[in-house]
Amino acid sequence: MSAAPILAAFRQSLGEAWAGGAGALLPLGFLGGAAVLVPLGIGSDGETLKAVGPGIIWVALALASLVTLERIFQSDAEDGTLDLWLQAGAPVSAIAAAKTLAHWLSAGLPLALFSPLLALMFQAEASPALLVNAGLYALGSLAFFFWGGVGAALSATVRRGGLLISLIALPLYVPTAIFGALAMSGGPGSAGAPLFLAASTLFACAVAPYAMAAALRLAAD
Amino acid sequence: MNSQAPSLLTGAGLGMIRGERVLFREVSVAVRAGDALLLRGANGAGKTTLLRILAGLTRPEAGRVTRAAAHHWVGHREGLKPQETPREHLKLWAQAWGCGAETDSVLTRMGLARPADVAGRYLSAGQRRRTALARLLLEDRPVWLLDEPYTALDADGRKLVDDLIAAHRGKGGAVVAAIHGETGFAASGDLSL
Repeated sequence: MSAAPILAAFRQSLGEAWAGGAGALLPLGFLGGAAVLVPLGIGSDGETLKAVGPGIIWVALALASLVTLERIFQSDAEDGTLDLWLQAGAPVSAIAAAKTLAHWLSAGLPLALFSPLLALMFQAEASPALLVNAGLYALGSLAFFFWGGVGAALSATVRRGGLLISLIALPLYVPTAIFGALAMSGGPGSAGAPLFLAASTLFACAVAPYAMAAALRLAAD
Repeated sequence: MNSQAPSLLTGAGLGMIRGERVLFREVSVAVRAGDALLLRGANGAGKTTLLRILAGLTRPEAGRVTRAAAHHWVGHREGLKPQETPREHLKLWAQAWGCGAETDSVLTRMGLARPADVAGRYLSAGQRRRTALARLLLEDRPVWLLDEPYTALDADGRKLVDDLIAAHRGKGGAVVAAIHGETGFAASGDLSL
């Protein structure tokens, strides 16, 4: 087995994510737009915003993953690229993981890195904790993208599969959302929560590629 | 053609069901060096499905496929991304397959020198087809599985396909192709579905 097909799949997905010149800007704009809407929806009371800020960012990350992942395998299935990847001589799970990772790098990671700025918009105090939170967002969003990838693979040949992805992936987002929010709550149990968050992300990265591979083989069958 | 040569690709007792219909049953295929097997049949007879089974993309309902050699796949969907140029496409697959192919000469050979840097979405159907066929030249693989290789090609392009197939067979390669109508090369066998 050689790593060349896996690297090529990674490179192609990265190129695809940036096609049209939007790349990371699109999800960032999505996140920014959501962040601007929240105070309009729940009022501009500083304390309230401070309380809901971290949670809003989690939700925005989850939605951004769903929005951007819809096409990750669907376009491959439509234009015949999927057939080529299935015959590329590398484990399909590794190809799927590479593609997911590329999409996370272009849509998930920028959001996480951008999160301290958003937190400030939500009245959080400027402190090193915001950078720690950015790391937690990065970790959690990785799980979102991998579970979302399973939904995307399962709906690769379904027209308008976006909704189906959400139905499949959202229940799988639950552990990440729970541990992620707990880690930032500062309440009881929050000390160990980052470890559980990391564990749930590791679990996603370990299991999801095999589920994606099985789904993609089925899509091509 | 040469029944003594070892089989590069064998399908034994293949059967396939789509929906509630038996697409084909008890189909056996053996391809040896220099062979060009034509899959014939009306639309919906199962030519593409049989090709996909031979490629390992689709699991047959019955029978077994033995692949003794590497193969190239050119399906009816080209595998070219809308934002990808023919040059990028060939570079990508040369990289994926780990072969240091000279993409410039392949582009020239396929008549793609002029649109080499035009994104897929602006290419004509024939140019996209030529790009897909160009993958055949990136790496030497004994078996070519081609689904309607002439589709969308002009007279020049059809001639090119014939030349590629002839050269490939001359080097001991084999071709399995689903083709409607006339071919510009003498097939070693026909399989009617």
